[in-house]
Amino acid sequence: MTMSTKSNSRSMMNSARRERTPEAEAKQYLTFMLGGDTYAIAIGKIREIVEFHTLTLIPLMPSFLRGVTNLRGAVIPVVDLQSRFGNGMTEIGRRTCIVIVEVGTGEETFPLGVIVNAVNEVVPVDPSKIETRPAFGTKIRADFVESLLNLGDRFVIALDVQQSLSITEMSELASRWVDRESST
Amino acid sequence: MTMESAKIAFVQEARELLGEMENALLRMESDGLDDESIHAVFRAAHTIKGSSGLFGQDEIVSFTHVLETILDEIRSGKFVPDSSTISLFLECGDHLGSLVGNFEQNLSLSAEQAQDGSSLVQKLQGARRNAERSLVVPTPPESPVEEITRPVDGVANDAWHISLRLATDVLKSGMDPLSFFRYMATLGRIVQIDVIDDLLPPPAKMDPENLYLGFEIQFISEATRKDIEGVFEFVAEGSTIRILPPHSKIETYLDLIRSLPESPNRLGEILLSCGALTDSELALVLRMQENTATGKPPLGEMLVKEHFVPPVVVAAALQKQKVSREKTIQESRSVKVDVAKLDHLIDLVGELVIAAAGAKIAADREKSAPVEEAVGMVSKLVEEIRDAALGVRMVPIGEVFQRFPRLVRDLSMELGKRVELDIQGAETELDKSMVERLAEPLTHMVRNSLDHGMELESTRLAAGKPAQGTIRFNAYHDTGSIVIEVADDGAGIHRQRVLERAIERGIVPHNHNLSDREILNLIFEPGFSTSQTVTNLSGRGVGMDVVKRSIESLRGEIEIESEEGVGTEIRLRMPLTLAIIDGFMVAVEDRSFVVPLDLVIECADLPREVAIREQGRGIANLRGEPLPLVRLRELFHIPGQAPARENIVVVEYGGKRLGLVVEGLLGEFQAVIKPLSRLFSKVPGVGGSTILGTGEIALILDVPALVQRIERVETTRWAPTSASLPGASETKALSHAT
Repeated sequence: MTMSTKSNSRSMMNSARRERTPEAEAKQYLTFMLGGDTYAIAIGKIREIVEFHTLTLIPLMPSFLRGVTNLRGAVIPVVDLQSRFGNGMTEIGRRTCIVIVEVGTGEETFPLGVIVNAVNEVVPVDPSKIETRPAFGTKIRADFVESLLNLGDRFVIALDVQQSLSITEMSELASRWVDRESST
Repeated sequence: MTMESAKIAFVQEARELLGEMENALLRMESDGLDDESIHAVFRAAHTIKGSSGLFGQDEIVSFTHVLETILDEIRSGKFVPDSSTISLFLECGDHLGSLVGNFEQNLSLSAEQAQDGSSLVQKLQGARRNAERSLVVPTPPESPVEEITRPVDGVANDAWHISLRLATDVLKSGMDPLSFFRYMATLGRIVQIDVIDDLLPPPAKMDPENLYLGFEIQFISEATRKDIEGVFEFVAEGSTIRILPPHSKIETYLDLIRSLPESPNRLGEILLSCGALTDSELALVLRMQENTATGKPPLGEMLVKEHFVPPVVVAAALQKQKVSREKTIQESRSVKVDVAKLDHLIDLVGELVIAAAGAKIAADREKSAPVEEAVGMVSKLVEEIRDAALGVRMVPIGEVFQRFPRLVRDLSMELGKRVELDIQGAETELDKSMVERLAEPLTHMVRNSLDHGMELESTRLAAGKPAQGTIRFNAYHDTGSIVIEVADDGAGIHRQRVLERAIERGIVPHNHNLSDREILNLIFEPGFSTSQTVTNLSGRGVGMDVVKRSIESLRGEIEIESEEGVGTEIRLRMPLTLAIIDGFMVAVEDRSFVVPLDLVIECADLPREVAIREQGRGIANLRGEPLPLVRLRELFHIPGQAPARENIVVVEYGGKRLGLVVEGLLGEFQAVIKPLSRLFSKVPGVGGSTILGTGEIALILDVPALVQRIERVETTRWAPTSASLPGASETKALSHAT
């Protein structure tokens, strides 16, 4: 796994690795901001973090499919998670980043970019502090939640990448959108 | 190398060898026997046997062993295979292929395969029995009778071994070899005489008074060496006579082995034929070798271990084998590389091109001549590297062609037609991925040609044509594309029948006037088949339309020419690669789009008087012809107002023209195609993407889809009932990846 570009995020990653706690089972999560809320993704799913730069828009796509970006010669789709959660489009700011995650199962994984307002840090979380997702009461769809992380002072939602970035579901939404757009 | 990757390498190698073997057999069948073909077949069987032994594939080893033995006899000229034997070998190749397939998929031998195998082995042995003749070891002339001392640490063989190459004129001098043998019989017992007839010339050139035969004799006798030499005293002059006493010294055998002719004899056979080993000793060793499944020692080691042969003899024989193997390796100096690795390299080179372009922009800003010059040099080299990297993916189209000799042979036999295949331009190169995807459409075309085009022999003779039909393949490069022609000298396409069938199938309406070309193109229509009978080869109605679709999906063109009674020629024009297109870049607002250049007809200003209706559609008058227009801004829902000046890019696909209304013409550009995510597969009119020199991404327009889309809308609006003629298909010009 390579962590690159944005220098502050790289150093965060490195320091998190160095400080690896003695209890080896602690799971590492990247926390980030999205529309004023903090979320987390297990770092095993994350390939790298890149600075936000202008995306190439794909016509007739729903707003959560923001476009494509050039990641060292590969054309990678970029998803607006906030919009996917139904909370409006993410505003692009100085600290906006694209988190590149691996989605898909088995051998068929491919990279997908996720727009976030800012990345915070990589935190090791002891398994005892990882709680199963509640059936209701979260701000986002329950199946998007992998677990709740007890970070001492607060609870943070760890996202289920396979569900929240399901290619099958998003393709289905995209094609319905195309049909609606082009029929009008 | 892990076991798994070794296995993959083995399977791949075995497939290639079987392919070579098949080619060589077909060559033998059509052009007669030649050493090279025989060697190729033998080499394939031998190598497969060797490497499958390493994997403990006993079935393959034992089957190839039988095959190899009989092939070796052919090689040494002991028996001449007829066409039925060659057919048998082809079946053996197929059987081996299925055994290799078993190994690849970790399947065990099916009952059917086991039966196939044993029936093939029986047939092989039958063929071999029929041709049973004496064992042959040709020995080239060397120094006459040589001095041999009584052995101390000799081999097990307790017979004298006598190798005779008498001077060709002995008969003329009144000497009859037979009398020597009769005389020898008074000195001891002749165990065996092997007659070597390699030097026998064809009957026309034979001088009946010359002696062309050589003899290898096993002789048990108490006589002294001097006595035996005495037998041949009168013919010693001009002859090569080698006498090896029983239990001869190792070095003596070594000499004999080294003097054996060039052709790489199998080690066992060498030792057997020079009398160092008996048949049963050799058989025993081979059995033991096969029983030791994995990690078995080589045959040579085995022989030494079992004290059958002294190590030095084995070393000489192995050395000889090694030399012949090195020769084969030199024949193909190439490296096998995983396609994924190549693609990665090409991606990296693509990035390098972009990075170099970035450096150039920065250098231009510096306004420093040395920097600009240096960067210019780097950019030029980088472009060369890109071309070279893409060139690595190029393979000869012969890779596809090589499957056809067998196909044509089998099909023509099945159909009872006599057909010859003529392949030209097999060395013409194109992209690897292209080669793979061309195989199926080409196969379809050949089947069609054989089934529908080619007449029966009697029909051909009645028409005054040669009895044997010809299917001709040709490939050549032409202005950045590759042209592939598949032609036959068959019956040609019967226009009237095509038209009747098309009307019958409702493809064209009655009394519709069609040009000759339009009639021919009807055979590419879905659901069309002219064959009177449905055969198992073709004629199931899934024929040329599928071919056309797959060719077009590869951004190729298909064209047909046919003359009734003379033949048919189908011509494919394909891009050399799927990785790059020549594009024409246009702009709408600040967004760039790439139109495949080969579909662009012309560019023009959008006349002010043309009204663009709702959804960005309109009709322009292009030199008196109506041209449907579509404005990309509206099509792609790009917000904002169109500027006062707009341009039309006229594109054509499938005989239909369309004007794309854009806001800027940015010029030609060679685009490396990057597939778009599956997420965007439904976006209408977008087929892929490419990365510009600045690192930005531009979308590649899917012109066929656009043309079809506009046409569909116009048809439903203006003429809901009119049938559409051959034209736009549902092909996507560029494929979508995950």
